[in-house]
Amino acid sequence: MAALGQTRAAAPATVPELAIEGGPLKRFVAEFFDSRLAVAGLALLVVVIATALFAPLLAPQNPYDLGKLDLLDSRLPPGGTSATGFTYYLGTDGQGRDMLSAIMYGLRVSLYVGVASGVIALAIGALLGVVAAYAGGRFEQFLMRVADIQLGFPAILVALILLAVLGKGVDKIIIALVTVQWAYYARTARSAALVERNKEYIEAARGLGLSAARIVFKHLLPNAMPPLIVVGTVQIAHAIALEATLSFLGLGLPTTEPSLGLLIANGYEFLMSGKYWISVYPGIALLVTILSINLVGDQLRDVLNPRLSR
Amino acid sequence: MTVYVLRRLAQTLLVLFVTSALVFGGLFLVGDPVEILVNPNADQAEKLRAAAALGLDRSVLEQYWIFLRGAFTGDLGRSFVFGRPALDVILERMPATLEIAFLAMLISVCLGIPLGLYAGLRPADPLSKTIMAGSILGFSLPTFWVGLLLIILFAVELGWLPSTGRGPTVEFLGLQLSILHWEGLRYALLPATNLALFKLSLIVRLTRAQVREQSLLDYIKFARAKGLPRSRVIGVHLMKNIMIPLVTVIGLELGSVIAFAIVTETIFAWPGMGKLVIDSIFQLDRPVVVTYLLVTVFMFIFINLVVDILYSVLDPRVRLSEAKG
Repeated sequence: MAALGQTRAAAPATVPELAIEGGPLKRFVAEFFDSRLAVAGLALLVVVIATALFAPLLAPQNPYDLGKLDLLDSRLPPGGTSATGFTYYLGTDGQGRDMLSAIMYGLRVSLYVGVASGVIALAIGALLGVVAAYAGGRFEQFLMRVADIQLGFPAILVALILLAVLGKGVDKIIIALVTVQWAYYARTARSAALVERNKEYIEAARGLGLSAARIVFKHLLPNAMPPLIVVGTVQIAHAIALEATLSFLGLGLPTTEPSLGLLIANGYEFLMSGKYWISVYPGIALLVTILSINLVGDQLRDVLNPRLSR
Repeated sequence: MTVYVLRRLAQTLLVLFVTSALVFGGLFLVGDPVEILVNPNADQAEKLRAAAALGLDRSVLEQYWIFLRGAFTGDLGRSFVFGRPALDVILERMPATLEIAFLAMLISVCLGIPLGLYAGLRPADPLSKTIMAGSILGFSLPTFWVGLLLIILFAVELGWLPSTGRGPTVEFLGLQLSILHWEGLRYALLPATNLALFKLSLIVRLTRAQVREQSLLDYIKFARAKGLPRSRVIGVHLMKNIMIPLVTVIGLELGSVIAFAIVTETIFAWPGMGKLVIDSIFQLDRPVVVTYLLVTVFMFIFINLVVDILYSVLDPRVRLSEAKG
């Protein structure tokens, strides 16, 4: 299974062992900016993150303030205006909420859930993976077996089961997303650390009599980081898409603070009557978010992959 | 080999046991199905009677024990909602899910491998760049949203294809299949396309990556140096080696397509087992949810096993006995 495990790990996001060598940061930046597509992705990502961060300042309306909503304005097409002269550039949803504002706030929720679950899963997975590689033995075998079994099942199914059991809530969906993601990080961290473990600097550190904790945290973990960063970008994009899907199915977030997935779900019932904008615009926001992360992740992988180095 | 398969089977039983226990306990904690099933105006006595009829008046451990005992004789409990054996309800819906899953895999393999091959062999070609850009887009598009777009475009605006439900079916080997019926195939087309999109991108990218990596290796250079025709180098030498990881991924993705059908079926109101399980989760129909999971978990483990065996057949360098199965 060990041999098979390796090839399977190659499927989601393959990053073999090594980090950047030579004069690192400068070359890394230069190589990253080689691809115009990646630069465009990075620019888009910056815009998306800024929109999410400053949504309360940028949004024309506070979509959570029910007092500001007017049911008479519900389902207005893009460009429609309210009685008070307020223009809804992207139309309104079934409750008279300005779609543009709802999307900006929804982006916040989606990004928050994606990044939070990604970072927690990275921390847990990387730590377990590196410790497994360093300690070896029973612990390593057990951990990798659990990861193997779990990765044998599609993420959506695992998350679905967990949410059916846990119920709704931001914390619940983060728990579910961390559970489906940790194994990717654990595997990547372990394979990166396994390569590093046999290198001379680790032997030197051991020879100096440094503690195991110090070797793991100060020596192994930093050197296992580059592949983890690549897996991390891909996984955050996955997490955002998965959260949207689960929310669309009605299994993720509560309706009080709708994420992009929930906004799309709200528009589903109006689809057949041709009121496309309630579902389409939040979907475009979701697409742009995921696409920009993937573009950046793609280039990161090429730049950090020594097998393809030019 | 035999030891390997036996060990995997033992592991399967363990996974099935753990899944069933977790879901059983978890769904017990979520809520009382009686509240959903009986008329909201029912009095306490009526509710108790309903609970007793469904066996819900016992403690959760007792209920689980009864379930386990039944499971060993092939009885996975009766659906609270349908009042019929849960396994029957699931198996009835399974052909509908499997047919769009297979159709989706067929679309993604038949398009994905040639496109990936082209992009890998001519990385600088504008068409290759378009293919790759398209695959990033396909990778990034949220599947359920694409489903909605397909409905807007092909059903609402153009009116070419039906967007909800399953068309007429034809009986084939005892299964009700709609893809063998012309009208039925039209119904299956949108859900299958929707399901295929993500897998198509995945296969394109994987094929290209494999082609690019393998083309640089010595055996390809050697084959070229021998003066073999290009078609033979690509068709035989290269294909053989890129197929190994591809088969693994295609096999595993078949499982994930079946799981992802939950989303597609919900969007297109396709009466498969994915739609059934979503409805059952909301109705707290525990026997159906647990049975669905056991059936899919079993399917995945079976697919994984077949892939592993196939893998060792395709690649003589891999020996299953060596692997710690």
